[in-house]
Amino acid sequence: MAIVKTFFYLLIYPGVLFLFVYALFCEWFDRKAYARLQNRRGPLHTGKAGILQPLADYIKLFSKEEIIPEKADKIMFTLLPVFGLAIVLTSAMYLPIWNYSTTKIGFNSFPGDIIVLIYLLSLPTIILFLAGWHSTNFFSEIGGVRVVTMFFGYEIPLLLSVLSPAILAGSWRLSVIAQFFQSNPGLLIVNIIGFFIALIALQAKLERTPFDIPHAETEIVGGTFAEYTGRNLAFFRLMTDIELIVGSGLIATVFLGGFPGGVVSSFIWFIIKTLFVIFLLSVMKSAFSRLRIDQMVKLSWYILAPLGIFQILITLLVKGVIR
Amino acid sequence: MSITIPIGPQHPALKEPISLRMTIDGEVIKDADIRLGYNHRGVEKLFEGKTYIQNIYVAERICGICSHSHTTCYVNGVEKLSGLEIPKRAAYIRVLIAELERIHSHLLWLGVAGHEAGFDSFFMYTWRDREIVMDILEEISGNRVHYAINTIGGVRRDIDETQKTKILNHLKVLRERTQYYKNLGTNEPSFVARLSGVGKLSREDAIALCAVGPTLRASGVDMDVRKDDPYNCYEEIPFEVCTSDTCDVLGRTVVRINEVLQSYDIIEYVLKNLPAGDVRVKAPRKVPEGETVSRYEAPRGENIHYIKSNGTDKPERLKVRAPTLGNYPATVAMLKNGFIADIPLIFAAIDPCICCAERMAEIQDVKTGSTEIKTFDELKKYSKKFDKHTEHKKDVEWPL
Repeated sequence: MAIVKTFFYLLIYPGVLFLFVYALFCEWFDRKAYARLQNRRGPLHTGKAGILQPLADYIKLFSKEEIIPEKADKIMFTLLPVFGLAIVLTSAMYLPIWNYSTTKIGFNSFPGDIIVLIYLLSLPTIILFLAGWHSTNFFSEIGGVRVVTMFFGYEIPLLLSVLSPAILAGSWRLSVIAQFFQSNPGLLIVNIIGFFIALIALQAKLERTPFDIPHAETEIVGGTFAEYTGRNLAFFRLMTDIELIVGSGLIATVFLGGFPGGVVSSFIWFIIKTLFVIFLLSVMKSAFSRLRIDQMVKLSWYILAPLGIFQILITLLVKGVIR
Repeated sequence: MSITIPIGPQHPALKEPISLRMTIDGEVIKDADIRLGYNHRGVEKLFEGKTYIQNIYVAERICGICSHSHTTCYVNGVEKLSGLEIPKRAAYIRVLIAELERIHSHLLWLGVAGHEAGFDSFFMYTWRDREIVMDILEEISGNRVHYAINTIGGVRRDIDETQKTKILNHLKVLRERTQYYKNLGTNEPSFVARLSGVGKLSREDAIALCAVGPTLRASGVDMDVRKDDPYNCYEEIPFEVCTSDTCDVLGRTVVRINEVLQSYDIIEYVLKNLPAGDVRVKAPRKVPEGETVSRYEAPRGENIHYIKSNGTDKPERLKVRAPTLGNYPATVAMLKNGFIADIPLIFAAIDPCICCAERMAEIQDVKTGSTEIKTFDELKKYSKKFDKHTEHKKDVEWPL
């Protein structure tokens, strides 16, 4: 029975199938919200209110011809998208949605899983860099270098901001942090600065406007993805979509009190909270213009990182007071 | 390590083909080279084979966005040669269309600038409001792009009272929205951070490199053909020449938004003081011998047409200097020592209309670098000879 449950967990909920369907829905939601914020209609014709448009896009991409540049490393070029997708699918396992215990240690919930999740979320960046580098195209190479440069900017603020709720809850385990805030919802307000830092850092991690510097269309022609077509490009897009879910799930877990209740209610909370985070990300996407790479690094080291340390200070003080 | 990256002839930041070769070191541009000639259409030769009336049609099609600029420039020149005095009402209607065109061109540019800076919301909003101007133009002329309002000796269509009130109502909405964009474009922190200090062009350089239009005025030079060499009754209409002394892309944005606001004032003045009378006079088909230069302040800068006539009904020579051509040398100066990320912004900031400025194409051997001159027939033969070397599959069936 345990094996069936594990397989169900890996393949159906919250594994591959659920993530794929929910990624399509989130992409539709993001596109629709972004469009309405820009005074556009967004997808309309495929399915009701265009809800099937992301699926149609994937079907189209999968049926397209695959072109691999002559000078590119063929094995790396085709393997990297699959690796990237596998990594983000793995990272989704650690979100405390279903089939975890706060007392017993399991394969998807153990002390320190928050670090594992952040580590897994930072691997796609390396994948994108390698993909850009192995495309052997000027624009891809510049894009790849920009990916890594940005990585040095946002990773530290993200880690600092996620650290502060962990310190307050006194645990490195996602499910315990979530449970701590479920029993003390008032303490969520302490991490409000960290919440916004994490949002900005997640936006940068997902390379969305204002941080779409590595694949800026008007500057470097799609950057990392310039040479990618067909199935490989579809894998990369799916990777980004699932990364969006996992990233917003992480923020919802540590800053918004996780997903309380049984199977059904935790599922509903998961949908509500991740969509809320995705909506905030869409607003950010529509409200700013793209930054330059030097401005982005400056922003993260001059403003976000000091704010993150300030947040930890506040957390430590509050922890001292409530003891 | 410095490498050369090609921007164009095909690139998402370019709306028309042009080749910009950038020598870059890391993210910094060390040198820039502009290559033209991908869009040569032979317009000037076409002028020589057509009559003066037919040429209005050709001049309208030099550019899609400043179509009225080219016809007015051409028609003013022909009228100067023939010694025609056009009715005042016609001149006022020409001004009206010209200013509407300026509004539509500048709103379009604002959207493009937003898009190049990655600020797509700004792009969507300005283009939505550009539709209002397009509607006004359609209301007056029946067309959205080529208004075909000019003819030699006046204009082809009159405007009536209902149209006047409609235009004034639309203008109210536009003025309000433009104020909002002015506020947004000059205050939104991330947008301003991308624009300010980018593409510096000092006042001295702007004059030395013969920059024109908003690019020149953003470098603090108070130069506008409408004020300096008035045509079409511009001397009677009160307006200010907008300048900025920040010398960067932000300055060019501010100049353009302020010009749009000035255009609203001009249109209101024109509509309220429209003189009564005819809209055209009869013009002779033949133009007396002579030559003239006609200047016009297009949305992108000074437009110059040189017309030489030989006493027949066809011009002997017609030379068009589109404003974009005047801005290329300045663009090279602006691009140097900038960032790669700023290439599209700096290039878009001159509001390039590439195929308007194409006056010649050069046939160059890529390997040796030698150039040669060929007639059209020779070129055809060459292409056939070239074609022989490429393999042709015979009796190929269409796969679908």
